[in-house]
This record gives sequence, structure tokens and C-alpha cells, in this order.
Amino acid sequence: MPLLSVTDLRTYFHTRSGIYRAVDGVSFSVERGETLGIVGESGSGKSVTCYSIIGLLPIPPARIESGTAFFDGTDLLHCTPAQARAIRGKRVAMIFQDPMTSLNPYMRISEQLIEPLLIHEKITRHNALARATAMLESVGINDAQKRIHLYPHEFSGGMRQRVMIAMALITKPELLIADEPTTALDVTVQAQILELIKKMQRELGMAVIFITHDLGVVSGLCDRVQVMYAGRVVEAADVRTLFHSPKHPYTRGLQRSIPSLQPKGAELYTIAGLPPDVSKPLPGCAFAARCEHATARCTATTPALIELASGHAQTCLRVQAGEI
Amino acid sequence: MADPILELRDVRTHFPVTQGFLFKRDLGTVKAVDGVTLTLARGEVLGLVGESGCGKSTLARTIVQLVPTTGGAVILEGKNLTTGSTTEVHDIRRDLQMVFQDPYASLNPRMTVYATLAEPLLVHGVCPVADVPARVAELMRIVGLAPRFMQKYPHEFSGGQRQRIAIARALALEPKIIIADEPVSALDVSIQAQILNLLAQLVRRMNLSLVFIAHDLSVVKHISDRVAVMYLGKIVELGRAADIIERPRHPYTRALVSAIPTPDPDVERTRQRIVLPGDPPSPMNPPVGCAFNPRCPHAKEICKSSVPRLSSFEADREVACVRVEEIANL
Repeated sequence: MPLLSVTDLRTYFHTRSGIYRAVDGVSFSVERGETLGIVGESGSGKSVTCYSIIGLLPIPPARIESGTAFFDGTDLLHCTPAQARAIRGKRVAMIFQDPMTSLNPYMRISEQLIEPLLIHEKITRHNALARATAMLESVGINDAQKRIHLYPHEFSGGMRQRVMIAMALITKPELLIADEPTTALDVTVQAQILELIKKMQRELGMAVIFITHDLGVVSGLCDRVQVMYAGRVVEAADVRTLFHSPKHPYTRGLQRSIPSLQPKGAELYTIAGLPPDVSKPLPGCAFAARCEHATARCTATTPALIELASGHAQTCLRVQAGEI
Repeated sequence: MADPILELRDVRTHFPVTQGFLFKRDLGTVKAVDGVTLTLARGEVLGLVGESGCGKSTLARTIVQLVPTTGGAVILEGKNLTTGSTTEVHDIRRDLQMVFQDPYASLNPRMTVYATLAEPLLVHGVCPVADVPARVAELMRIVGLAPRFMQKYPHEFSGGQRQRIAIARALALEPKIIIADEPVSALDVSIQAQILNLLAQLVRRMNLSLVFIAHDLSVVKHISDRVAVMYLGKIVELGRAADIIERPRHPYTRALVSAIPTPDPDVERTRQRIVLPGDPPSPMNPPVGCAFNPRCPHAKEICKSSVPRLSSFEADREVACVRVEEIANL
């Protein structure tokens, strides 16, 4: 049984200017110890998917319209608040993009680090502090004894992200959701943080959902990848298959527009047009309007995510029919 | 170099750091740009890379004189911008335009596209007032926007379209040089490709020189002829784009190149990555000797005492590292 299994998740935002279908029928699962990458451009619904699972959405305006998210037998979307609290923050943890705004500037690092322990475990303050110090050391902060008592502003961006990771991992979660944790960091610091996430994953044997828009980061870190577009998953495969033989026209377009994969100076491939407005109903394939292979059929029927080969699923009707 | 259009000679931009309001105390100086010497040829694309805080944006602002220089000279076609009078600099600015990173912040939200693009034309009086609408329409066509959107406001456009407006504004005065400060960092991959294509096409068609600043080395390699790598206010390596990315020589460039994740799982999982320890040091009190020595895997005693100078190594390449010959084959 997978650790997390999400089925037909729909999260809509009800606003004055209409209903935004941020997540529109997303299904996926994560096995124990596995790393799943979720890739997509801004507005594709990758973050909202994860916020829905962990319960961080502002409700209203957001509303989870349908779907289930079973984590080890408990449906996170329909369980009691007490059941959810026992899982969130303890067995499922999350780290965010911006370590500047997701740490409390008024609290010492020590207080923020031991908070999850005091809530979730029967532990004395003294022991919690010892564990927090050990955790800080294992995420690569030297002199943790002293620095644990500092405030967030006394750390650099990379160091704050390390503190965030220590905070998320202190309860030894089984699933870590990482929402673009390295986007705000420089490449050399990004390399440090990615190595750290890999190391901690090996040590704790946890599963990771890694949200990013950077296909390069995905290729080194993830076992499986799913590509999202306008609130739907358009292709899912193991990382090698996705990079070596992408099938969906959107995935292929995305890959062809990356400069590092093209000969120097060559005209880059561009996907014509803009992502669709998710506040209007999208009959058929969401990508049809920008797709060079689209036919009348593409705008008529909503395509389903169908497996082509074992573990490689995608939604394009014409690929499924063997036409492209 | 044949026919340089822009020359930087030992440019230094320092910012004093003070505390207090009435009784100011000097805390020190941030040497954001500290002795940069560069030339830019006509029609050339020069990439400028480095991590945040290395001074690449300050260098860009120094070139267009948005911040005053502390020392050195910025010479555009024989005229020194740092010593010129205000009116002279005003005229020279026509030849030197800038595109900024964030198209949400760099366009005035209360000005229509027409007003934004017409302003430089009117300020500099480059064409008769009656011709302004036609010129604005032409500018919009050049950057791939339909002129019928002329009366719209920035918020009605997407990020990529706004960056096109910002580029049109920079082109309005037919400059000779465009300085683009991270013009694609805020954009999604598919939109980024559109803007890169547009910039490359404009450089070719209008014989523009472009200084392209970015932290993404793969983007810089794609568009640039030459690349300069900055660390803590100084250029540490300078050379042809393909050479720098494929055979980096300075230990910092090596680490920077190896830190870029490649979108190919087989390559990504087999290659050796140089992970630098620590963060870039504060530019307020940079390390003595080579600024990179505390993080450098090849640092020796000599690196802590002598400041390396940018000097020729191989053809068309300059490196600022005292041990560059010794570590060349490592």
C-alpha cells in the first residue's frame, strides 16, 4: 500500500471574480522512501495540491470540492481535526520556498525548533532542547550549542533554510513536502541544500514530495516525476523515461525550451500563447489552445491520465491513439 | 580589442555604512564593485554572472550612472561618463539603456503602454510630436506586441509581455548598448525562452551591444559571446562563453558550473559535484588576500596574503587566481 494516495483531488477558489479551478482532478501516490517531483509553471496548481493535503489552505476562499488523500489509512481530507493534528507536523512535514518569511522573527530558533516536539511527544524541555541541538548539527550548522539561541535574522538565507529543514525533520516524519525549497537561494547554496535533503532522506528513510519549476533539480533528486498544467497532471513517469522519452506535447515543449539542452545560440523552442485562465471552464484538454498537434477532438473530450507503459502515464489523446 | 564601444577602467563603487541619524557613526564601507576593468565590443553580448551580493547589479547601475562611481572611469565611445557634466550624461544616456529584473516593479502601474513608451521619445525630443504614436506602434511591433494594446495598463499584461514592454522602452531611443539585469529570472521556462529569443534577435538585427546579467549560467552561456564571472566585487574569470562553461579555470567558476543542476538524470547522477562550504562572505569585511580563499578547495598559505590580479591564461581568457597553473589539470 502506498504511503500517500491522492484520488481525484479538486480544490477551487471561490472569489468575487469567479471560481478558479486551481487543482482540477489530480490523482497520484507516493511510496515509502520514494521521491516524487511535481513540476509545472507558476499557476499550474502544484503548490495548491500540497497545501490541500497538509491543510494549509485558506478556507474560504478555497474549497476542496472532491477527492480523498489517504495517508497510511487515514483520509486527511475527511478525518477529524484531532486525527489530522496527530499526522500533520509529526508524520507529514513541510518546508517552504522562502525561509525569510516562514520563520517567526520574534522567536529564538530554539523555541521554534522544540515546538513540534513539545506538541507531539511527551518530552521535557531539557531533552527537547538536546534533540534540537543535535538536529541543528546534523543539518550542518556549526556551533549549534550557541547558535540555537539566536534569532532568524542572525542567519543567512541558506542557513535559515537549514533551520527550516531541521524544524521539519525533528519529529522524524515519514513524508516531507518541499515546496520550491531552493528557488530563493544561489546555485552554490542550492547544491548544499539538495545534498542535505538527500542525506536526511537516506538517514530517516522518509518519502519526499519535491515541488519545483526547475527540471534540472528534478533530474538529480527524484525517482518519479509528474508534470502539471492548469490544475491537472498531464504526464507522470519515472525520471529517466520522462527526460529521455517525454510523450505529452507540453512536456516536450518544456524540455525543448531549456537553454542548456539546446546547441549554443540556437533559436529556442517556444510554446505559443499563455497558460489558460482557470476561472473559465476548460472543456477538453487544457493545453489544446497552445498545442501544435491539437485537433477538434482535443477540445471536445476531457482526456484521462492513461498508462502507456508500466509507470508512464499521460493525458494526450493523440499520443494515446498512436498518432504522434 | 577591435572597436570597443564601452570601456570600464578600474571601476570602483563603494557604499558607506553608517548608523544613527543626527550623529552618524561610520561602520565601514561595502565595496560592492572593487576594481573592474572590462571592454565591450560593438555588437557583442557580454554575460555577467555571480551569486547574489557579488556586485553584478551594482556594476550595471554604475555603468548607466544610476549610482555614482567612487573611482575609475566608464568610457563610452571616448567620452568619460564619470567626469561628464549633467547635460552631457543626459545625452549619453540615450545610447545606454537598461532592462530590469522584475517587470512588475519596473513599469509604472499608472501609465499606459503608450505613455511609458512615449515618455523617452518626448524627453529626448527624438522625433516630431506628431510622429510619436507611429513610433510607439513600431516599437511594440518590434518586441512582438500588437499595437492595439497601446492604451492598456501594465496589470493587464502577463509577466512575459511586461518584460517585452520594458524592452521596447529601452529600445525607444535607439541605444547602442542595452544593460539587462536578470531580465528572465522572474519568468517561467517557456516564457523565458521567448524573451531570450527576442533579445538575441534584436542584438543581431540592430547591431546592439548587450550586457546580460544573470545567475543562471546555462542561460548566460546560450546568449553570450563572452562571460565575466564576479565574486565579491571583482572579476575572477573572463573569457569566451563556451570555454568558461565547458572548461572553467578559476576554482570559483568550477564550483559554480558544477552546482548547476542539469536536466538529464543520467548525467546528473554520475557527475562529481563540487559543493562549496559556507556562504559568500560579507562585502563589508572581505577576507584578506584572495576573497575566495576561505571557501576554496585549493587554497594555500599564499592565497591568504596576496591579492590575485586578473591576468591572461590561455588564449582569450583571464583568470584571477595565483594557483591557476598548478590546478589546471586537477
